[in-house]
Amino acid sequence: MKRLIAATLALAASQPAHAFTAYTSNERDNTISVIDLDQMKTVRTIPVGQRPRGITITKDGKYLLLCASDDDTIQMIDTTTFKVTGTLPSGPDPELFALHVSGNPLYVSNENDARVTVIDVNTRKVVAEIPTGVEPEGMAVSPDGQTIVNTSETTNMAHFIDYASRKPVASTLVDARPRDATFRHDGAEVWVSSELGGTVSVIDPKTHQLTHKIAFPVQGLRGDQIQPEDIQFTHDDKLAFVALGPANRVAVVDTATYQVKQYLLVGQRVWHLAFTPDSKYLLTTNGLSNDVSVVDVAALKVVKSIPVGRMPWGVVVSPK
Amino acid sequence: MSATIPRHDDHLPPLTVTHYLICLRGIVWREALRFVHQRERFISALVRPLVWLFIFAAGFRQILGVSIIPPYDTYVLYEVYVTPGLMAMIQLFNGMQSSLSMVYDREMGNMRMLLVSPFPRWFLLLCKLLASTAVSVLQVYAYLLVAWLWGIEPPAWGYVAVLPALILSGLMLGALGMLLSSAIRQLENFAGVMNFVIFPMFFASSALYPLWLVQQSSPVVYAICRLNPFTYAVELIRFALYLEVDWLSLAVVAGMTALFTVGAILAYDPARGLIGRRGG
Repeated sequence: MKRLIAATLALAASQPAHAFTAYTSNERDNTISVIDLDQMKTVRTIPVGQRPRGITITKDGKYLLLCASDDDTIQMIDTTTFKVTGTLPSGPDPELFALHVSGNPLYVSNENDARVTVIDVNTRKVVAEIPTGVEPEGMAVSPDGQTIVNTSETTNMAHFIDYASRKPVASTLVDARPRDATFRHDGAEVWVSSELGGTVSVIDPKTHQLTHKIAFPVQGLRGDQIQPEDIQFTHDDKLAFVALGPANRVAVVDTATYQVKQYLLVGQRVWHLAFTPDSKYLLTTNGLSNDVSVVDVAALKVVKSIPVGRMPWGVVVSPK
Repeated sequence: MSATIPRHDDHLPPLTVTHYLICLRGIVWREALRFVHQRERFISALVRPLVWLFIFAAGFRQILGVSIIPPYDTYVLYEVYVTPGLMAMIQLFNGMQSSLSMVYDREMGNMRMLLVSPFPRWFLLLCKLLASTAVSVLQVYAYLLVAWLWGIEPPAWGYVAVLPALILSGLMLGALGMLLSSAIRQLENFAGVMNFVIFPMFFASSALYPLWLVQQSSPVVYAICRLNPFTYAVELIRFALYLEVDWLSLAVVAGMTALFTVGAILAYDPARGLIGRRGG
């Protein structure tokens, strides 16, 4: 029996190696947890500014960019020394941001000021401030780099901003309290999640028209527990993963039929999502259970939950 | 043990391994035939855990998913949590059912026929135990198949790794049933077994709720759960299904199996067991 179990254990352990690193911003701990995805555990904790939320990484993987919301700044953290090496002038209370597809500039939503701040990452200077809806939140840049989408939580709109002119060109009404916006990789659609509406709106970025609306009825859960947050598409755009917040589940949506294929049980209050560069795994931050769940994308199974700092908010995986 | 049983056929050649195997096959085969022919028994053995799975677990979907406990790597639905408990429940019922059949055999006289065979009594009892364990393992795999269709998918190798755990826990519960059967004189008393053995063993264990949850609500019940050998059978199965060994459970289940088996053999020993005094 022992031998049998030893043999099966050996088989289970012999999975292919992949040395990716993931970073989570821990809102309550004021830290970043560094996760080695080879060992599937937290290997380091970095102290950062107050209330870290939005987190992303530069195209070359050298710097983490982090919204330290209560410090009213964006911190640049060197990914080799894990030291804060500089700040970007984000304006007050930065929450979420998006890097342009070219790697520069950075678009930041300033929740209290109803504006989007555009920052040049190289010169570390504000280059523009674009007025938008009340309580701006989600930011997305189209794959062709020509359109920036910003959602406003109180106006309940997705605002389309032209890259070149930096002017809002259109707004589309969505369900209550829109959070995140994400473009498909082919740019054909932008999906916007509505936290209170409990839906995801699918918008055609050319016509700015709402084309579909996806609801997430989870059996046995009250409607108010279903709060769609982050959305991520697989590389081939065939599947979309939608974090459902306090529903503790990630919905897997077939992008051809807009039907939910499956709900994956993860930790509590799942907030943000990130794929590994090889698309093998999807990571979810679970704010109330203080861990990151790892989804095997091919099998559509949650394979592991890794403890991180308190209240993990955002997650990013290094491209290297 | 065999030496204590007087042989009345000393003029015959000694029994060889082949004879023992023929005897083993006979008893296992009889038990298997009885199982196959009683289709209702098979269905009821399957329906019982499935009712728990489909109806009881459905209402508890929200309860779990709040904590990660070994051997799980992540959050699991209640259906997934309760499955090893239901597997052990199948074996618990089967163990008691075979004890019921022992009582029945004794009332009907089949037992006497078996016990007058030239084989030592401990061997006959072990054969009976193996037969009942084999039946329970079959029932468990049938349940696992339905559970898989219901979306409960343990790792593929877990289905193999759980087999030794199932055999051991099946032996423990079968031996317990056998020990109890020696004390039950009439079929009617079987209801007492249900009340005083099956239900307490099943409910006061980690089958339905993780022990940390039990501990939060009642330290007394928690202590009872820790003393209940059924808890360890459940945990042994749970860990094995996820390719891990829970050594404490393994030790407890193995120890209890030995204890119950020896107890049953002693109890059925006409020279000193309960059965002798009652005139079996």
